[in-house]
Amino acid sequence: MSSFIDRITGRKRKSGYQAKERLQLVLTHDRTNLTSDVIETMKDEIIDVISRHISIDAETVRIDFNKDGRQQRLIADIPVIGPRKRR
Amino acid sequence: MAGKVITVTSGKGGVGKTTIAANLGAALAAVGKQVVCIDADIGLRNLDIVMGLENRIVYDLVDVVEGRCRLRQAMIRDKRSEGLYLIPAAQTRDKTAVSPSDMIKLCNELRPDFDWIIIDSPAGIERGFRNAIAPADVVLVVTNPEISAVRDADRIIGIIESEEKGPAQLIINRIDQNMVNRGDMITQEDIVELLAVGLLGIIPEDEKVIVSTNQGLPIALDDKNLAGTALRNISKRLLGEEVSLLDLSNKRGFFGKIFAGGRQ
Repeated sequence: MSSFIDRITGRKRKSGYQAKERLQLVLTHDRTNLTSDVIETMKDEIIDVISRHISIDAETVRIDFNKDGRQQRLIADIPVIGPRKRR
Repeated sequence: MAGKVITVTSGKGGVGKTTIAANLGAALAAVGKQVVCIDADIGLRNLDIVMGLENRIVYDLVDVVEGRCRLRQAMIRDKRSEGLYLIPAAQTRDKTAVSPSDMIKLCNELRPDFDWIIIDSPAGIERGFRNAIAPADVVLVVTNPEISAVRDADRIIGIIESEEKGPAQLIINRIDQNMVNRGDMITQEDIVELLAVGLLGIIPEDEKVIVSTNQGLPIALDDKNLAGTALRNISKRLLGEEVSLLDLSNKRGFFGKIFAGGRQ
């Protein structure tokens, strides 16, 4: 799981930091009760809806959970290509 | 008097709820407050032995709720701490013997006569925990710097919020500063960031806590002990005093101080 920078600097990540990282993931999951499968499905559905109205780059869409205090925020980053092509 | 009800809870068991409840009781009584501690862990009675009052139980919480005795009869007075009382849990019954509304009624009866009513909650998120938080004005969530305890604390904080008993206040117990210094323990800053709640206090790991519990004495009354000071500081914050968090890094030895340089 160690990052590229850690590998090139040869620095081993301390277990306290690993604890924080692992907790971050599990708490997001616990609070929203969503599995990564469900998030993927949701992402596909969002892409589907948006694409009906505007042309987007579906490959680079990002869906993330953001924390605002104890509030979870669902952030979608959707690159727009242009108006929907008329077929 | 219009007593305030504080519930000490945690989600995970074994993080120090009972020890903290007993010590906050002793610390508040030591500054002249009238305090009653209630053991809400029915079937797994423990606050009595931690407070050193295990030999004096006649009636318990369930006896009061079921009307077998008057409230005063179930209250054990701590002879060493003026103004400190205990209502013990029943040992031979289960948590369904008491309901959240029983607890609210009981605390309302106690409020006029006490400054503080401290409820020691059982672990878990079931009936016993619901009983313990039902009458609470303030909920204290105890955790340890360990992933399982932090995760459970997060669950419990969520439930406390949805029950409109929040915001919960956090106590991080058993911080091993040596492990923190070498990066092998999740830090108090990280825990607060993850849980996103207010931090009421931090308590260092200290074997003297077990020694004093063995003797049935509250460590909070030992003013030379750092864990005792931490617990007294928490009681002061409950009373509205501004007390800054302990700087545990000061506990480093001579060499630790040199190598740590100016940090913290």
